[in-house]
Amino acid sequence: MKNKTDTPLTEDFDTQTLQINVGPQHPATHGVFRMDLTLDGETVVRLKPVMGYLHRNHEQIAENMTYAASMPYTDRLDYFNSMSNNFGYALAVEKLAGIEVPERADYIRVILAELTRIVNHISVIGFLLNDLGAFFTPLTYAFREREKILDLFEEIAGSRMMCNYFRFGGVKRDLPPGLLERIRTMMDVFPRFLDEFEALLTDNDILCLRCQNVGVLGRELALNAGLSGPMLRASGLGYDIRKVDRYSIYGRFDFKVPVGSKGDVYDRYYVRVLEMRESLKILDQALRQIPSSGDIISRKAAPFLKAPRNFKPPVGEAYGRVESPKGELGFYVVSDGSPQPWRYHVRAPSLINLTVLEDLCIGHKLADAMVILGSIDIVLGEVDH
Amino acid sequence: MIFGAGILKGMLVTLRSFVNSYFKKPDQGGLFTVEYPEKRLVAKERFRNFPFLVYDEKPEDPRCVACDICAKECPPKCITIVRDADAEGRPLKKPALFDIDLSVCMNCGICEEACPFDAIFMDHEFEIAGTERHQSLLYHKEDLLKSNGYFRQIRPSDAALIDARRKEAEDKKKAALKPAAPPEKKE
Repeated sequence: MKNKTDTPLTEDFDTQTLQINVGPQHPATHGVFRMDLTLDGETVVRLKPVMGYLHRNHEQIAENMTYAASMPYTDRLDYFNSMSNNFGYALAVEKLAGIEVPERADYIRVILAELTRIVNHISVIGFLLNDLGAFFTPLTYAFREREKILDLFEEIAGSRMMCNYFRFGGVKRDLPPGLLERIRTMMDVFPRFLDEFEALLTDNDILCLRCQNVGVLGRELALNAGLSGPMLRASGLGYDIRKVDRYSIYGRFDFKVPVGSKGDVYDRYYVRVLEMRESLKILDQALRQIPSSGDIISRKAAPFLKAPRNFKPPVGEAYGRVESPKGELGFYVVSDGSPQPWRYHVRAPSLINLTVLEDLCIGHKLADAMVILGSIDIVLGEVDH
Repeated sequence: MIFGAGILKGMLVTLRSFVNSYFKKPDQGGLFTVEYPEKRLVAKERFRNFPFLVYDEKPEDPRCVACDICAKECPPKCITIVRDADAEGRPLKKPALFDIDLSVCMNCGICEEACPFDAIFMDHEFEIAGTERHQSLLYHKEDLLKSNGYFRQIRPSDAALIDARRKEAEDKKKAALKPAAPPEKKE
């Protein structure tokens, strides 16, 4: 932290710090989020994140309706990756009610979750470059690819972003015919795009200058603040719930967990690029192994599709977590045997990853604070649930 | 390192992408955006937007029996149903009032899933913008009712499945009724 005595230039002058508000409506804050910044010249001295503008009582709403009815609400947590959110909630309730998922449904889930990861990482990188000042060229390239995947989602689930596709014990409907081939075609083109994207960005001088050694997050802090996801892995800790828990059928796939070394913005960017490549590997294996037919919802849970009100899990509690593209997304559900959860809690990775923002920004320039915020990858729908 | 090499390299990538956008196929890096009001994409069959009610022959006899299941299961509670009654006050199996507040509806499709009578489905219509908040987005029974022919048109494969299922159920009903009829005549 720099203060006045460190900088000889300001010593002779009677300077004072400047307090400014960035947001709540600001293109660089990725939503309705406010940063209360105290600046010394252009250097950040203090940063106070102010959130809650998008608070909509998610947990209380879920406690007042049936288990199945909160599925579409989970879409709206992290509205970039509704499939991962559905996945986490479905896992938690399946654990609570002891429902097994049929094999084909498991493969469909994993394929969709990995596609979601690609969608998320590609758009995060696009937005990060926007924050860096590379206005819209990388973002439009990223969104061009994202569009292709969202079209697939629309064909599968009926909606591009609010998919609402997972159900307890499986998925809502089987894949439309010919869809796996279309995913395959998409996957053949995607690595070429990623190469082009990297040619544009990874070794780019400007990107390196702006990102390397900016917003360095040490291992200690990352661990103590309870971070997860690409944020944690960029700091050199290879903790991935897909590997640790092996939930669903992740144990069957061969993939690596990319880790960074320094934990700066550049590492966070690069870890995400590598993760996309690993996701493609998982997709490739899943597409090869997926059984061509079979149940898509477990026999035990199928009747509740038509009558969600009859679904009453036994008394107990369960915590289901997935490696969402942003980190550990957990759902904690307590049942008292009624059709509504007695307690429903979301561990939102965006919210917890955001807690280190001040530590990362202090001592950097105001313009870097935007980049650091962009590299944390928050979605305000999840922060303010 | 030459100063500005990064810029030149970046420009090369963007130039290639610019040229490709005109000469390549849409899935290989070409343009795939559509000039919306003039041109339109074909809606995917599963695309869901707002619900509508289906009738078979005439709008006065909708499939809906006013059982209230969709209204109960609807997560944001945007459906209001009042059951119709005959002149003596006995409840009829059809709705007198069926309102959906589209400004509250969140397009989740749970009503369609929960309906045991195949009466409510998700529509493809999305150009419903109005000039005020409360009247034009509150759809009444008359606005919501659409023919089964329309449903077949927007979602052919789903409609075929559902029609087949309904026909089967009807045939079964008829088959169950027929043997019961002759004994009555004998008496």
